[in-house]
Amino acid sequence: MTTEEVTPVRARPAPIKAVPVRHPGRWVAVAVLAVLAAMFVHALFTNEAFQWSFMVDNMFRPPVIEGLLRGTLLMTVSAMLIAVSLGIVVAVMRLSENPILRGVGWLYAWVFRSIPRLVLLAVFGNIGILWSRIEFGVPFDTHIGRLFGIDNLELRVFGFSSHEVLTGFLAGLLGLALSEAAYMSEIVRAGIQSVDAGQSEAAAALGMSRGQVLRRVVLPQAMRVIIPPTGNETIAMLKDTSLLLYVPVSMELFFQLDRVGKYTFQIFPMYVAACLWYLFLTSILMVGQHFLERHFSKGYGQSERARMRLRNLVAETGGGGGGGAP
Amino acid sequence: MTELTVPSQAAPPAAEGGPMVRAEDVHKSFGSLDVLKGVDLEVQAGEVCCVLGPSGSGKSTFLRCINHLEKINAGRIWVDGELVGYRERGGKLYELREKEVAAQRRSIGMVFQRFNLFPHMTALDNVMEAPLRVRREPKSEVRERALALLERVGLADKVDTYPGQLSGGQQQRVAIARALAMRPKLMLFDEPTSALDPELVGEVLDVMKDLARDGMTMIVVTHEIGFAREVGDSLVFMDGGVVVESGVPREVIANPQHERTKAFLAKVL
Repeated sequence: MTTEEVTPVRARPAPIKAVPVRHPGRWVAVAVLAVLAAMFVHALFTNEAFQWSFMVDNMFRPPVIEGLLRGTLLMTVSAMLIAVSLGIVVAVMRLSENPILRGVGWLYAWVFRSIPRLVLLAVFGNIGILWSRIEFGVPFDTHIGRLFGIDNLELRVFGFSSHEVLTGFLAGLLGLALSEAAYMSEIVRAGIQSVDAGQSEAAAALGMSRGQVLRRVVLPQAMRVIIPPTGNETIAMLKDTSLLLYVPVSMELFFQLDRVGKYTFQIFPMYVAACLWYLFLTSILMVGQHFLERHFSKGYGQSERARMRLRNLVAETGGGGGGGAP
Repeated sequence: MTELTVPSQAAPPAAEGGPMVRAEDVHKSFGSLDVLKGVDLEVQAGEVCCVLGPSGSGKSTFLRCINHLEKINAGRIWVDGELVGYRERGGKLYELREKEVAAQRRSIGMVFQRFNLFPHMTALDNVMEAPLRVRREPKSEVRERALALLERVGLADKVDTYPGQLSGGQQQRVAIARALAMRPKLMLFDEPTSALDPELVGEVLDVMKDLARDGMTMIVVTHEIGFAREVGDSLVFMDGGVVVESGVPREVIANPQHERTKAFLAKVL
């Protein structure tokens, strides 16, 4: 805070001119890093195995681009949409007063956080071995039928062949989304718990139902805590789509690059291409995340609070500004 | 927490002409800590009842029992002749469902020490939220009423302001308007001025005085002896989870009968 009335009597003293603290270690570090960087760049240009022109010729082929759009981008978006929705449901279950819902929510998070994503994808990709058809209807219908002396009683509403439907994209989507939902549920849970208990109390005192309290009061405030890690998870998800190779999902960026590498026997250049593609894609997401975080931290940061207090003081001169702070 | 001992078989008070609030031998414990050890209280319609007492005396807990934010362990509370949180049938108590509890709370306004305004909504939206979502009243009507209420608490110019940009006193006045928007028949105030800077206390008390003059039934947990003396119709002094002394505020404050009341008043006056 600066006081505006400076006493005119005292003259301003001369500004301080001091020798700044020296940092010789920084210069040593710069020198070492410069040598390492030079070695790396030198290798990029002189090592024939990089095959730069071959890489550039092949990393933009139509199947690679299609794999990028469908298997990487579309998959990331779809998996995250399902994961966030399911994650909210699981988080609410885990915070529920109902012990059964709480138990189921805990079990879900436990199972899907314990199995590695790669293994989960391999399992979902081969689920057809277990059930060749997946059908919905009355459970244990044939067994019940036998009890009453009816052979082959089938009470099924609809079904599909898992070999036809649960392969490729859908199996991969299921594996990624279900696994991610477990992590999202933890993030959402932390977000909900970060909201002051007084908020739900005030809402309940107004006669709002538990669902209304959650939708209208708690979740909007939890978003500030939920959004930044969700951005992180989206970036991680984009990279994890490369695991779809093990489902397998053929219309996917890494699968396509890997395939080009395998049938041309130029494996390394295509792996470098994959590195560059993922670097490029995640960089775009990181920029988006930066702006998203800035938007959602509005009105909450230290500097913002100070600015608000100042605005209050200006707005109501003489009135108590920002007196609500504890 | 669900078991409830029945201390007496008294019939519930009649809704017509009966007291607005009647509490009978209310007990509440958190784990092994007994916070309320048999509180009796009667507040008539239109009465302003001030509850005084040292911190930890259970006065806030008792207030929170009245709208069932806390479940009581024994005793009964009736608001406007209706048993709070339970239904009694054939000498047996049944817990009310969440929806029924919410319905009871609609007609009981509550104002908190820490305001608890919804920070992501403007002052106007804070006031409009419950009538719109809970009572499902038409928006234009709710808006009109909300604007009138904000004007009444002296904040007509802060309608579109977010709570974070309001002073504590202003926030508390919005919180009062928010509670009033549900047209409650009873208002509970839980130390409404304790979190305020001293110079902001007056503006909140003025709004409450105005409300009292209008005939609102109010239970006010407070440390403001002046307010209790000036506005209160009755005063209740609580200590150690029981009502130690009660009566007309002026008399109790000027001439306390009980040692603990004397000691407390000597400290705060």
